[in-house]
Amino acid sequence: MPNSISKGPSLSIPNRIRRWRQFQDRFIHRFFQINGMLSILILLGIFLLLLFDGFPAVKNLGLSSFFSVIWNPTSYVKETYGLGAMIISTLMVTFGAMLLAVPIGLGCAAYLAEVAPSWVREILKPVIEILAGIPSVVLGFLGIVVVGPAIARIFHLPNGLNAVNGSLLLAVMSLPTIISISEDAISSVPRSYKEASLALGATRWQTLIKVVVPSALSGIIASIMLGMGRAIGETMTVLMATGNALKMPYHFFDAVRTMTATIAIELGEVPFGSDHYHGLFVVGFILFVMTFIVNLVADIVLAKYQEVER
Amino acid sequence: MKKLLITSIISLCLIILLVPSLVFSATFIQVKGSDTEVNLVQRLAEVFMKKNANYSIAVTGGGSGTGIAAIINKTTDLCNASRPMKDAEIAQAKANKVNPVGVIFAVDGLSLTINPKNTVKALTIDQIGQIFRGELTNWKQAGGPDIPITLYGRQPNSGTFVFFREVVVRGDYSNKMNQMNGNAQILEAVKKDAGGIGYVGIGYVVDDTGKVVSGIQVCDVAKDSRSKPFSPLKIENILNGAYPLTRPLYQYLDANNRVKVEAFVKFELSPEGLAIIQKEGFYPLTDQWKKHNAQLNF
Repeated sequence: MPNSISKGPSLSIPNRIRRWRQFQDRFIHRFFQINGMLSILILLGIFLLLLFDGFPAVKNLGLSSFFSVIWNPTSYVKETYGLGAMIISTLMVTFGAMLLAVPIGLGCAAYLAEVAPSWVREILKPVIEILAGIPSVVLGFLGIVVVGPAIARIFHLPNGLNAVNGSLLLAVMSLPTIISISEDAISSVPRSYKEASLALGATRWQTLIKVVVPSALSGIIASIMLGMGRAIGETMTVLMATGNALKMPYHFFDAVRTMTATIAIELGEVPFGSDHYHGLFVVGFILFVMTFIVNLVADIVLAKYQEVER
Repeated sequence: MKKLLITSIISLCLIILLVPSLVFSATFIQVKGSDTEVNLVQRLAEVFMKKNANYSIAVTGGGSGTGIAAIINKTTDLCNASRPMKDAEIAQAKANKVNPVGVIFAVDGLSLTINPKNTVKALTIDQIGQIFRGELTNWKQAGGPDIPITLYGRQPNSGTFVFFREVVVRGDYSNKMNQMNGNAQILEAVKKDAGGIGYVGIGYVVDDTGKVVSGIQVCDVAKDSRSKPFSPLKIENILNGAYPLTRPLYQYLDANNRVKVEAFVKFELSPEGLAIIQKEGFYPLTDQWKKHNAQLNF
């Protein structure tokens, strides 16, 4: 018995238990591997579903019918499947939202990271996170009862159901993403950069604009792209606030009907297996590709920014 | 200790899952569809449930199209529809082994609402069609003030959208029409828009006392330029069919599933149900519609 003590405690563990532990190790390893793979499988599954369910519409109607302007598959006279007005609407609302959210978001992020005293930061950061948690229906409701009438009054319009309304609400929705990610990017700029700039006689403002923000630029761009991804895919808010008229919008005070709203409105009642049904999957596919590109760009930029940091 | 904990958690879960089904063996009825009918049926269901404790009824909206799709796919027991089912839809239901039966339980005078600032008091069906097709774009073309017309309609999943298009517009709606998410949204928009016009079920324009809700006015409608315009607010105009946009409100059930919903539907058709229907602003059935129901044994 004294021998076994000199050989160390490892031998005192019976084989049975050791094998059990090895099995546990392997099992947990596999378990997490499967979890990691799952999201890729789901993404691939969605992509294929959209592709296969959209294909019959392209086959039956011809690809060219999707290149017209007006989407009206339930028309009284002649069904049309144009994506033009819808894509322009989506882009208008999204870029309008970015136009509002980017300056405010960056200002807020710079303030949080560089200017704000720590007690302000401690209040502001959770508040911004709460902003991200507001359900989109609630924002849509605000769009109808508060933002819409206000826009109508300020710009002397008959009603406030237009792209501006949608953009304003989407800006509010994408702000938390933009603020928190770009704040992280600005905060992680090495202290030595700032010190060097200040030592050379630059003011705090000059340091922020000419040194800190450019060094954090890739992170900031990634934050904007992620915010944009959120805005493109948002459904309920725009469905409630933008009027959903079918026509091609010519300016920001026109009513718009986005791709997400179209799918949400029509998928509930469309006859299963009809051209209209498959057409909606084409809309979904285009939307998927759009958000995918935006997120991909964000990822590439973000990866580049992490390389610089290393 | 750990085993005890796990056992107790599992048994607790089982209790939570099983007990309700044993204790409350209520009949659960799902009602889905028309946004025009949703408040009315909700009210009917509340009163019915108060009298019959063993029934549990859930009423949701979403539009007649959504409700009809749901009854075809067997995801609802009753479907509120403000339009009859199309032949294609009935064929689809039959293919899915559903036998849809449409009971008429109330009558609606589809109302054209405009802003109180508008001086137009009456329109012909023809004019309304022109307005909603986008051929008239200013109220002065219809004898009103010099204000551009803003159109507020519903979305394609709405039965009212389909009914109004078939009866009045007889063509495609103007692409400029705002497609609103429900009757209430149309009303809110018209209240705030001096040039607005929108169509909503009569139940939405009158309050509990039968008066028109504040902030809107209801247009009288004439069949054509030679006939007299009639208001949907007067019951006699609906009952004698003088108001041109009088329409029946349907409730579809699956004949194979009739036993489950029969008591509720019969309650809606009873004098007590009728009182609620009229209190909500809708109208009673005429003999024509009663005959329709009698053929279905309701």
